[in-house]
Amino acid sequence: MSDFLSVFLAVVLALLVAPMLQKNTDTVWANLRQITFVKKNGVLVSTYLLGAVFIWVGLMIVAPQLYMVDFSFRDGAIGGNPDAYTLKNYSYLIFGRDSDENLFNLLHLQIFLKTILASVGVTLLAFLLCYPIAYYLAQSTKGGTTRLFLIALILPFWVNEILRAFAFRILFGSSGVINVTLMGMGILDEPIDFIKADVAMYAGLSYAYILLMVFPIYNAIESLDHNQIEAARDLGSPWWRIHYRVVIPYAKPGIASGCTMVFMLSAGALAVPQILGGPSSLWFTQIIYDWFFTGGDWSRGSAYAFVLLFSCIIFVLAVMKFFKVNLGELAK
Amino acid sequence: MSSGVDLEHVTIRFGDFTAVDDANLAIRKGEFFSFLGPSGCGKTTILRAVSGFNEPTEGTIRINGSDMRGIGPNKRPTALIFQNLALFPLMSVADNIAFGLEVEGVKYVERRRRAEELLDLIALSGQGDKMVSELSGGQKQRVAIARALAVEPEVLLLDEPLSALDLKLRQHMRSELRNIQQRVGITFIYITHDQGEALTMSDRIAVMSAGVIEQVGDGSTIYNEPETAFVASFVGENNPFYGKVVKVEGEYAQIQNKFGLLRGRNTQDMNVGDAAILFVRPEALSLVEGNDTTPAENIIESTILAEEFEGPSIHIHMEGDTEKRISFSVSNEGKGTHLKVGDTAKICFNVDRAIVLPEGDLADE
Repeated sequence: MSDFLSVFLAVVLALLVAPMLQKNTDTVWANLRQITFVKKNGVLVSTYLLGAVFIWVGLMIVAPQLYMVDFSFRDGAIGGNPDAYTLKNYSYLIFGRDSDENLFNLLHLQIFLKTILASVGVTLLAFLLCYPIAYYLAQSTKGGTTRLFLIALILPFWVNEILRAFAFRILFGSSGVINVTLMGMGILDEPIDFIKADVAMYAGLSYAYILLMVFPIYNAIESLDHNQIEAARDLGSPWWRIHYRVVIPYAKPGIASGCTMVFMLSAGALAVPQILGGPSSLWFTQIIYDWFFTGGDWSRGSAYAFVLLFSCIIFVLAVMKFFKVNLGELAK
Repeated sequence: MSSGVDLEHVTIRFGDFTAVDDANLAIRKGEFFSFLGPSGCGKTTILRAVSGFNEPTEGTIRINGSDMRGIGPNKRPTALIFQNLALFPLMSVADNIAFGLEVEGVKYVERRRRAEELLDLIALSGQGDKMVSELSGGQKQRVAIARALAVEPEVLLLDEPLSALDLKLRQHMRSELRNIQQRVGITFIYITHDQGEALTMSDRIAVMSAGVIEQVGDGSTIYNEPETAFVASFVGENNPFYGKVVKVEGEYAQIQNKFGLLRGRNTQDMNVGDAAILFVRPEALSLVEGNDTTPAENIIESTILAEEFEGPSIHIHMEGDTEKRISFSVSNEGKGTHLKVGDTAKICFNVDRAIVLPEGDLADE
């Protein structure tokens, strides 16, 4: 571990300091000033920009992740040999312990699969909820109303995620608002256990990331010329075809951006599943959390985290490929 | 097939604002009909009411005799060409043109064949696979027309579709549009604020001002026989002379004006004492040379304020009876004029080239 870090830091230092240590420092600086980027922004600003990006991407994102990758290939179990590289953390997710009855680690694999599928479900639910809202706000309301709606959407997010999750517990609990109301109206005889049925969790997850879905879609649809919708209507198109052929293709980058964020964040959510999840259902992140903090096996936790990360990335890229969205369009 | 469009007492209000006030009109089958008026006069509102995007507050719109109330734009036998064309940027040219057929459930091969036919019509053969963004302004224009024609509308509605084009292309597209209309033979309803467009293309024109249809007629009627002061001042250049009618005699009326007594045709049955404006077109005004005493009436003596040399002709501006100057042109005889700014000059006009109309608002310059 320390080897890895020292090599890494050495490379960084070499890259930074080498030009300054060279004898012909002036030539180096003169050459640097010829670079268009430096010319355009000046030495000071370009140094700041490059430095900030380097610290942000290099030191704060890439370096710790690489460090974790290294970690995931080591034996972190108590009594294990932390210096040798091994694949056992990854194999454990798939095959479990040698002494287990089943060939595969069904428990963890099921939870993994469920997390991915449920995240897809949450993403679809959030999309179905948000697309009409975004369309309505972008095309059918005027300035004042739109702002009012957007503020109404944003304000609840000033409340922190944990509190919002607990609020949902109150809403969906067996003596919660929904059950009490339904029973009071005589529709139910006994309360439905929304939490055990994971209804509360899916609702909570969809709600938690609704803004990340509304805003990209809203932004995309807002720039759509309303005449195009009217033109399609004038040519005889029913409303659903207008959306299918004109609005959705136009808003595709926004939809992709919203779906990607909601999917990634749902799959990686911890607080909401922890608070709103049923007693028998686990989210994959909870297993990762347990490896780190309860099991004390950081290596296995890292391995699990990477499997989740890469599966999600591959899944998202595959879906984007299928819908013909470029990665660059997400930033539109 | 082509259809007539009837407006019967059509009034359209938005809140307190009356956009169209009691419009009555019968547009004939196969006619190229234009609504001409300044922006905000309600012409686009009428067009949107015919296409179904808004309903008249009062009155009835009939297409081919049947009442259109409650029928949405997607169910009317009309197609609208938007001012900004509103082509679908993510579809190919052929898909754009065939969109209406796709909606009708026409199979791809048939759709493609129809699109190719229409591409031939608009002289863009074989360009169906291009994206809209690869076309020039005039080509986009033609694609928008083809897209609208693909659904075989009985009435084609055009909302100032040429306004985004440069002058040369606009003039070219005028004859193109007229050509297409004659080939397909359906009713065209055309909205414009450009009188040149309206006069060159239309069979008949309705001139609108502030929600009211001022006059309906063919181009030469609108130009030569305006019925209101607005039409006289909006269509083409015109010089107004304000005054009161002092004598009505036969087909003519005489007004008392700052420049003296002026006489013109009395087409609107004006009576003695009525407030009136006498309009004379620039081309009807001519200079009275120094000692010429032939003209016996309609002589205006005023100060020359400006001269503009324009090659074949010279524009002369003289002080009028209001802030509006009297403008006219003299043709360039090769020697320039002997007139100087600040001089006084006499001009005159023939009584049959002037028209006396009831006083009313003029069109803004």
